[in-house]
Amino acid sequence: MIAHYGYTDASGEYYIIIDTDKCDGCEECVRVCSRGVFELALDDYDKAVARVKEDVVKSIHYVCPGYGGKCINEENNCHKACPYDAISHTW
Amino acid sequence: MMITAGVDVGSLTGKALILKDSEIASWSLLPTGADSTVAAGKAIDAALEKAQLSLSNIDYVVSTGYGRQIVPFAQRNITEISCHARGAHWLFPQARTILDMGGQDCKAIRCDDAGKVTNFVMNDKCAAGAGRSMEVMAELLQLPLDELGGLSLEIVAAEVPISSTCVVFAKSEALSHLRRGKHRNDILAGVCEALATRVHSLLNRVGIESEFVISGGIAKNIGIVKRLTDKTGLTPRIADEPQIVGALGAALFAEEILQRERQI
Repeated sequence: MIAHYGYTDASGEYYIIIDTDKCDGCEECVRVCSRGVFELALDDYDKAVARVKEDVVKSIHYVCPGYGGKCINEENNCHKACPYDAISHTW
Repeated sequence: MMITAGVDVGSLTGKALILKDSEIASWSLLPTGADSTVAAGKAIDAALEKAQLSLSNIDYVVSTGYGRQIVPFAQRNITEISCHARGAHWLFPQARTILDMGGQDCKAIRCDDAGKVTNFVMNDKCAAGAGRSMEVMAELLQLPLDELGGLSLEIVAAEVPISSTCVVFAKSEALSHLRRGKHRNDILAGVCEALATRVHSLLNRVGIESEFVISGGIAKNIGIVKRLTDKTGLTPRIADEPQIVGALGAALFAEEILQRERQI
C-alpha cells in the first residue's frame, strides 16, 4: 500500500510517501531520522510497518526539511537507511 | 447466525450499522457533539433499537473514525481509510477509487478488486476540501447546508472565482463579493469550483481509476459531485446513504475477524 503522509498548502505539496508493501518493519528509518519523524505501527492488516508519527503529519513541513534539503548531504538519512527504497518525498 | 456492528465516530457525525449475516439490519446517523464516547453509545443504541436488538446480541464490534480508540464496547478499531474502502467496495464491487469527504477531512483511496487499500492520501490539516468549508459558506450566506450544491449550479451572471487554498481567505473573498452585489449563486459556484479543484488534486495524487465512488456527507452536494464528474470524466457511484460507508466497512471487518476466530 502506498501511504501519503502530509498536506498541500499554498507554498507547496509536502508528502512523505511510504510503500508499506516494501517495508518489513526493520525500523532503520526510525533510528536514523534526527527529527523523529517515523515510528513503527501495526497497519489495518496487522503488519508492522513504518509510518510518519500521527502528531508529525500535520506539521511535516516544519519537522522534516525534505529530501532536497539538508538530509541528502548528511551521512545517514531515511532514504539511505531503508534497504528497500520504501520512502520518498515530494519536496 | 452472525451479528456484527460497525461504529464510525466522525468529526461531526457518529454512525452505527448492524449487519445480520452480511445483510444490513439497521443504521443510525447522529451528531457527534462534544463527547465521542457518548456519541458512539447513542449511535449504537439508535441502530440497536431500529433492529430490535440489544448490545449483547452483537457478536463483534469494530470502531472507526476519529473517535475510534475511545469506543468502550468495540473489540477492535480499524482506520477509516480501510473501512471506507471496504464499505464502498461491498456496495460497488467495481469500485477502485474512493473519495470520502467528511466534515473535517478528505480522503482519496485506491483499492484493488478485493477492496484492499493500495494507495491513499488524507487531508485532515486544512478545512479547504472538507465539509467544514461548506458549513462556513452556509453560515455566511444564511442558507441551509443542503441547498448550497443545487444553487451553485444555477448561475445567474457568471461564476465568481474564489481562492482554493484557504477557507479563511475564501470566506473573506465571498463576503467582499457579496457586498459588491454579486449573486450568492455565483459566489457558491466559485466556492464549489474551488473545493472541487482542491479535492481533484488530492485524487490525482493517488491516481483515478474507474469505478469512482464518493462517500461522506459531501456526496450529497450535487454542486461538488457535478464538478468532480466533469473534472475526472467519470460518473461517480454514490450510495443511497453515503455517510454510513465507513460504519458498513467496519461491520464487514467485524464479520471477517469473527469468521477467522470461529475457524480456529
